[in-house]
Amino acid sequence: MTTRTLTLRVLPPPLAGLRAQRLIERNMLVYKRAWMILVSGFFEPVFYLLSLGIGMGRLVGEVAGPGGTTVSYAAFVAPALLAASAMNGAVFEATINIFMKLRYGKIYDAILATPLRPWDIAIGEITWSLLRGVLYSTGFVVVMAAMGLVATPLAILAIPAAILIGFAFGAAGMAASTFMRSWQDFDLVMLFLLPLFLFSATFYPLDVYPPALRALVQLSPLYHGVELVRAFTLSSFDLGIIGHVTYLIAIGSAGLMVAGRRLRALLNP
Amino acid sequence: MQPLVEAADLTKRFGDFTAVDQIGFSVAPGEVFGFLGPNGAGKSSTMRMIGAVSPVTSGRLRVFGLDPAADGRRIRSRLGVVPQDDSLDLELSVEENLYIYGRYYDIPRRQIRARIEELIDFAQLGERRTSRVDPLSGGMKRRLTIARGLINRPDLLLLDEPTTGLDPQARHVLWDRLYRLKQDGVTQIITTHYMDEAEQLCDRLVIMDRGRIVAEGSPRGLIEAHSTREVLEVRFPVGELEPAGPALRQVADRVELLADRALLYTSNADSALAETHRLGLRPESALVRRSTLEDVFLKLTGRTLVD
Amino acid sequence: MPLPGVLRVVEADAVVYRRVWKGSAFSSFVTPALFLVAMGLGLGSLVDRGAGAPGFEGLSYVAFLAPGLLVASAMQSGAAQGSFKVMAGMKWDRTYHSVVASPVGTGRLVGGHFIWTAIRMLMVSVIFGGVAAALGAISPVAALALAPVGMLIGLATAAPMTAFTANRENTEALTAVFRFGITPMYLFSGTFFPITQLPEWLQSVATVTPLWHAVELARRIALGHSSALPAWLHVGYLVLLFAVGVVLTQRLFSRRLNV
Repeated sequence: MTTRTLTLRVLPPPLAGLRAQRLIERNMLVYKRAWMILVSGFFEPVFYLLSLGIGMGRLVGEVAGPGGTTVSYAAFVAPALLAASAMNGAVFEATINIFMKLRYGKIYDAILATPLRPWDIAIGEITWSLLRGVLYSTGFVVVMAAMGLVATPLAILAIPAAILIGFAFGAAGMAASTFMRSWQDFDLVMLFLLPLFLFSATFYPLDVYPPALRALVQLSPLYHGVELVRAFTLSSFDLGIIGHVTYLIAIGSAGLMVAGRRLRALLNP
Repeated sequence: MQPLVEAADLTKRFGDFTAVDQIGFSVAPGEVFGFLGPNGAGKSSTMRMIGAVSPVTSGRLRVFGLDPAADGRRIRSRLGVVPQDDSLDLELSVEENLYIYGRYYDIPRRQIRARIEELIDFAQLGERRTSRVDPLSGGMKRRLTIARGLINRPDLLLLDEPTTGLDPQARHVLWDRLYRLKQDGVTQIITTHYMDEAEQLCDRLVIMDRGRIVAEGSPRGLIEAHSTREVLEVRFPVGELEPAGPALRQVADRVELLADRALLYTSNADSALAETHRLGLRPESALVRRSTLEDVFLKLTGRTLVD
Repeated sequence: MPLPGVLRVVEADAVVYRRVWKGSAFSSFVTPALFLVAMGLGLGSLVDRGAGAPGFEGLSYVAFLAPGLLVASAMQSGAAQGSFKVMAGMKWDRTYHSVVASPVGTGRLVGGHFIWTAIRMLMVSVIFGGVAAALGAISPVAALALAPVGMLIGLATAAPMTAFTANRENTEALTAVFRFGITPMYLFSGTFFPITQLPEWLQSVATVTPLWHAVELARRIALGHSSALPAWLHVGYLVLLFAVGVVLTQRLFSRRLNV
C-alpha cells in the first residue's frame, strides 16, 4: 500500500494532504509588512478593560459572580471583554478580509489553480484568525493577571476558551461572507454583532435582565463564550462548562461545513 | 508519443446554457496549441476544465493521461496557469508573489529562491522585484503572471488571452517571451481572439464559435483550406457600399460585405482592383493583403472575431 | 468661495447617501437605542444601586450617560467621515480627482465635504437625541439643544482627521489613529464616568481631548451641570480644532490634487 492511500484511509478526505499551512505562510508574509496593525489589535480590549474596570469599577462596586460569590466589577467584566474581542477579531477577519479576497482580489481563483483545494483555503484562513486570537488572548490574560483579576492559575484555560470562541465565530462569519453581495451587507453583520456584544451577560450578570429575556440571552453564542471564560478566570468549575463548549463547537462545525461547500460552489463553477 | 491533453465529446453546461458543446482535440508534447474564437466562444471554459478547476459536465477529458475529476490535485501540480485577469496577490511584492506560489506547489524554499532569480530575469522585472504589484504596468503584471505560472516548471502552460488589454509594444515583448518558452520545449495552450497572435504563436489551432470547434489545423493550412491567397479590401463613401455589392460579386470568387467595407477574396487582388475600376466603381480606398485567420473565421461563421 | 460649486459637491454626497441611507439610517437609530438600553439601563441599574460618585447626586446613570454618549457617537461618525470616506475619494474610487478636473475646483470640494459632514453630524445627533428622549433618558428640549454640540464635535474631529488622511496611501496609519486615538478618547473622556475616577495624570490628558470639552458642554446644557471651565472656552476650543483642520485640509488637498 502506498503512503497516499494509507493517509486516505486514516484521515477523512478533506483533511488528507491538507495544505492549509501554505495559506498561513502567505498571511504571515503580508503581515511582515503590516505588523503594526497586528500588534495594535492587542490594545483595543485592554483599553476597554481599563475604562470599564477602573473607571466604572468604583461606580458599580461589587457584582454577583458565578456560584453565588461576589467579585469586583473589573474581575467580572474582564473575561467578557476577552470573549467579545475573540468574537470581534474572528468575525472581522472572516468577513471583511475574506470578502475582499473573494470578490475583489481574485486571489483565491489563482490559488485554486495550484494543488490547493477550497478546503485548504477555508481551514487555512480560519486557522490564521485563530493564531491571531492566541496572540491577543494570551496578552490579555497576562494583563488580567497583572491587574490581579484572575482567581486561579487555571485561568490559563481562558486562552483555549477564547480560541474556541474565535473558531465558532470565524467559521460562522466565513460561511456568512460567502453569501454577501456587496459592502452594504457588512452593515448587517455589524448590526448582528452589536446586540450580541451588549446583551450576552457581558457587562452585568444575567439576573439583571427581565426574567422573560434571560432565555433569549442564553441563546447567544457569545453568552456561552463569556460564561466559559468567566468560569475559568473566576475559578468556578461545574457541568455548565460542557454545555458551553458543546454549543460553541456545534456552531463552529456548522459554519465550517457551509463555508467549505459554498466556497467550492463559488470558486469551481 | 502520448498526447498531454486529450478530449472527446467534451461538454460544459451552466444550467441551460451550453458553453462548450461536444468538442474533441489533442495536444502533443512540445507544441503550442491555440483556441481562436470571439468572446463567449467557450475558450475560457475549456481552459478551466483542462486546469482541473471546473468540473466536466460530460464527455472525456484526460490531462497527462489523468482524469481531472479524480486526480485534480496531481494535474494542477504539473500545470502552469496564466489567467486572463492576472489575479496577482496585491498585498505582496513581485518576488513574494513568486515565492508564495512556489510554496503552494510545496517546492522547498531554497529551490524557489533560485528559480525566482531566473524568472525575474525572464520576466524582465529586475528593477521592480521588491515593488508591490499594484503600481506595475499592465505588461509587467502579465509578465509576472507568466513567471508565476512557471514557478513549478510545469509540463504544460495554460495562457488565457495572454495579450488582451496590452498596448502593441507590450504585446510584442510578451510574444518574444512566449517564443523563448516554446524554444525551451514548454508545451503551451493559448486562447486568443486576435488572429495575428494565433498566427504568430501557434503551431496548431482550433477555431471555436458558440461552444463548437468549426475548424482545426495549422495557421497556414487553415488559410489555404478555407480562404484565397489574397484579399482586396475596398471602402466606399457612406451609402454606396450596399448598391455596389452585386457589381463587386462579378470581380471576386467570394465577397463579404461588412459594415464599413467589402472584402473581395481572389487569387489576384491587383487584377480584381483593376476590374473594379473598369466596372465604373470608385472606392474611397483600396488595400491589397494576404489572407489571414480572420478571413477563415469570417467564412466559417459569417462573423468577425472582434465586434 | 462661490456657493453653487460647493452645493454641487454636497449634492453629489447626498445622491450617494440616498442610495445607502436605509441601512445607515437603520443603524443610526438602532445603535444608540441598543447602547442606551445596555449601558444606561442595564449597567445603570447596578450603578444606581451602588454608592454613586461625586457629580451623580440624585441622578440616574442613564441620564448621566445619554448626553455624553450622544456627543461621543457624533465624534465617532466624524472620525469615519474624515477618514474612510476621504480615502475612497482620494485613492480607492478617485472621485476627488474627477471633481477637481471639473470646474468645481479644490476649494469648493473642501467646502462641500465639510458642509456635507456638518449635515450628517446634525442628522446623527438629532436621531440620537430623539431615541434618548423616547427612552426617557433626556428631555426633548435638551435633545434638540444638544444637536449643535454633536455637530460641533463631529466637525472638530472630522476636520483634523481629513487633513491627516489627505496624504495617506493606505489604511495602516488610519487604523493606528482609530486604535490609539479615537477608541481611547471614546472610553476615557468622561462619556461613561466622570474623569475624576481616573488617575490624575490621565485626567489632565483627558481635558485636552476634544471629546471631553464636548461632553462637558453637553452635560451643562442637558443637566445644568456646572463645568470647571466657562462654556465659551469649550466652544472656542472645538471651533479652533475645526478651523485648523480645514486650513490644513485645504493646503494638503491642493498639494495632492492640483498636480
